Amino acid sequence: MKRAWLLFALLSIVPAWAHAAPVRIGSKQFTESVILGEIARLAARQQGVPAVHQRELGGTAILWSALQHGDIDAYPEYTGTLTHELLKNVAPDADIPTLRAALQPLGIGITDALGFDDTYAIGMREDRAAQLGIRSLSDLAAHAEVRLGFSNEFMARSDGWPGLRQRYGLPQTQVRGLDHALSYRALASGAVDAIDLYSTDAEIPYYHLRTLDDDRHYFPHYQAVYVYRLDLETRAPAFIEVLDKLAGRIGADAMRRMNAQVKLHGQKETVVAAQFLGVPADGDGANRWTRLWQRTVEHLRLVLISLTAAVLLAIPLGVFSARAKRLGQLIMALSGVLQTIPSLAMFVFMIPFFGIGTWPAIAALFLYSLLPIVRNTYAGLTGIPPDLRESAAALGLPRGVRLRRVELPMAMRSILAGIKTAAVINVGTATLGALIGAGGYGQPIVTGIRLDDTGLILEGAIPAACMALLVQGLFEGVERWLTPRGMRLEARQ
Amino acid sequence: MPITPEAFELRGVSKRYGAVPALNDVSLRFPAGSNTALIGSSGSGKSTLLRVLLGLEWPDSGEIWVDGAMLQPGQVLALRRRVGYVIQEGGLFPHLTVLGNLALLPHHLGWNRERIRQRAEELAALTHLPASALERYPAELSGGQRQRVALMRGLMLNPDALLLDEPLGALDPIVRHELQDELKAIFDQLGKTVIVVTHDMAEAAWFADRLVLMRHGKVVQDGRLDDLCRRPADPFVTRFVQAQRTLRGVSP
Repeated sequence: MKRAWLLFALLSIVPAWAHAAPVRIGSKQFTESVILGEIARLAARQQGVPAVHQRELGGTAILWSALQHGDIDAYPEYTGTLTHELLKNVAPDADIPTLRAALQPLGIGITDALGFDDTYAIGMREDRAAQLGIRSLSDLAAHAEVRLGFSNEFMARSDGWPGLRQRYGLPQTQVRGLDHALSYRALASGAVDAIDLYSTDAEIPYYHLRTLDDDRHYFPHYQAVYVYRLDLETRAPAFIEVLDKLAGRIGADAMRRMNAQVKLHGQKETVVAAQFLGVPADGDGANRWTRLWQRTVEHLRLVLISLTAAVLLAIPLGVFSARAKRLGQLIMALSGVLQTIPSLAMFVFMIPFFGIGTWPAIAALFLYSLLPIVRNTYAGLTGIPPDLRESAAALGLPRGVRLRRVELPMAMRSILAGIKTAAVINVGTATLGALIGAGGYGQPIVTGIRLDDTGLILEGAIPAACMALLVQGLFEGVERWLTPRGMRLEARQ
Repeated sequence: MPITPEAFELRGVSKRYGAVPALNDVSLRFPAGSNTALIGSSGSGKSTLLRVLLGLEWPDSGEIWVDGAMLQPGQVLALRRRVGYVIQEGGLFPHLTVLGNLALLPHHLGWNRERIRQRAEELAALTHLPASALERYPAELSGGQRQRVALMRGLMLNPDALLLDEPLGALDPIVRHELQDELKAIFDQLGKTVIVVTHDMAEAAWFADRLVLMRHGKVVQDGRLDDLCRRPADPFVTRFVQAQRTLRGVSP
């Protein structure tokens, strides 16, 4: 009776809950994208539209795939990325109406430009530029004495320095390759006069730089926009209105300032976004220890579920491989191939099947865990001396009993070693799950790398290392406990 | 008048491993209760012969008859339970104690703990294994003790026949000599069909009246020691007999 009640309660809740599902906003793994994601979320909240923001979901490929498969509803993107990477058969300089028409058949909508471009630009110190009277790239042509320092990538790309020099007929001969991380300092110290940069870099206001106007439109447009699923028109039309209202409101200066507040002054994206919108921030309020606990739970869940599933499949596969040698080689070759797929690619492959979040990460970790267990089960079983295997047969024991009572116990040590290897690798690889929204210890690592915050990186890396050590220790204990004593003795002669 | 069926019989059995013939058209009978020693150099096919009798290998051609019935694949488990099999290194399972090794099959057949232990103690007395050794692991036993346990394991269900493949091959001469005496006494006492494989003529003659000399998968001679020495079937028999030098043979 009680159970029936519970079922009834559940059934009545589920449709209501499904109806009120919040809009899901994604963002890429760099600060500007996270800020824009927060702005969209806070603006939606302001209009009474429930929204959640899945931050730092890796790169373009992950977000695009998640948007197409409906795992997120919207995310900030750049027109240049749409024309260059995501859409085929679109001119590289296509305008937003053209893009809108090209996206429509995919079920994806696009807002108007938010108000800034994030593209390559050339920057100079404000004082130096004023002294030489340089405002635009055309002005550079008259100043052959300007010393240039470009990142190696910009020097090499055909749409970088070589093309720029040709378009504007630039006469400069003092051109140096610089590491991008050092170029701002080189500029600030006066070692060079102009460098390449991204037009919304936080360092631009910090170092008082002037970005030169691209008056001959050499650099491709990377206008910031929001892309969203068109099915929101029926599910949450209010949210589309919210996004549309943001168009034209975020200028390059404002974006640079927000980037600087996060990257250089250590403010939270939420706070910065709230200030921009003029609304109160809604910080998560969790302290370090509750965050750590939550991540530990997330991480453990990834590892435990994937490992358990792998054990349940891999041991029978290993047993089968040891029996059917030819097919067994095939199974091991296949699980070996799985192992060679780079982790990030594997996570991305899982998105079409499992969406984003915990399950694709678990699926990927599961696949990675198969090989060590299959191989060690196979090795453990085939490593049993033939005369012992035959003794078991000669006793008149059926196959199943021989496997259970003789062969598996003798292979136990090897099998456990395989599970241990899988578990330790699993704990490490699970940190990458943060890139597809699985949380865990990877989350602070990803954020820490983005903000160049070593403390934050360690907040994820140290617990992950501890967990790996614990897992290792735990399995050594289990191995000792499960390996029959007779197997640990050295034979007497 | 009913004729007692042979315990084991091979009728024209051949078995090859790749191009190498292990058994080449072998026909042999092993009457119930008889003791037979199979001798020959390594690779002569004598171990394979034991293995086809147990269904561990299946002949390419020919038939195996056991207790008057032709051996079918479906019957091998039942057959193996009626036959004790002991191999050179003992074939004991390292993860189980002596008692665990002895209990494997009886436990599967539903014997209770009490009955298993009782049988194990009986056999320990028969094979002169100290009762305290029952709780030890194979790695904690001496080579001779391991062979005693292997024999006990073969005898747990009180089988009709014992097949032994070089049972003493891995032991040092003193232990080996001692165990030869004990094994012989056990064979005589139990009166089972015994087939023992060895490459040692003296050991073979000690265990059995009937010696079967094999070479390249064929039976060269089947008879008593006396026949092999005095009436060799071909020159190889003489060479094999003479190669087994005795200490007495060295002095003039």
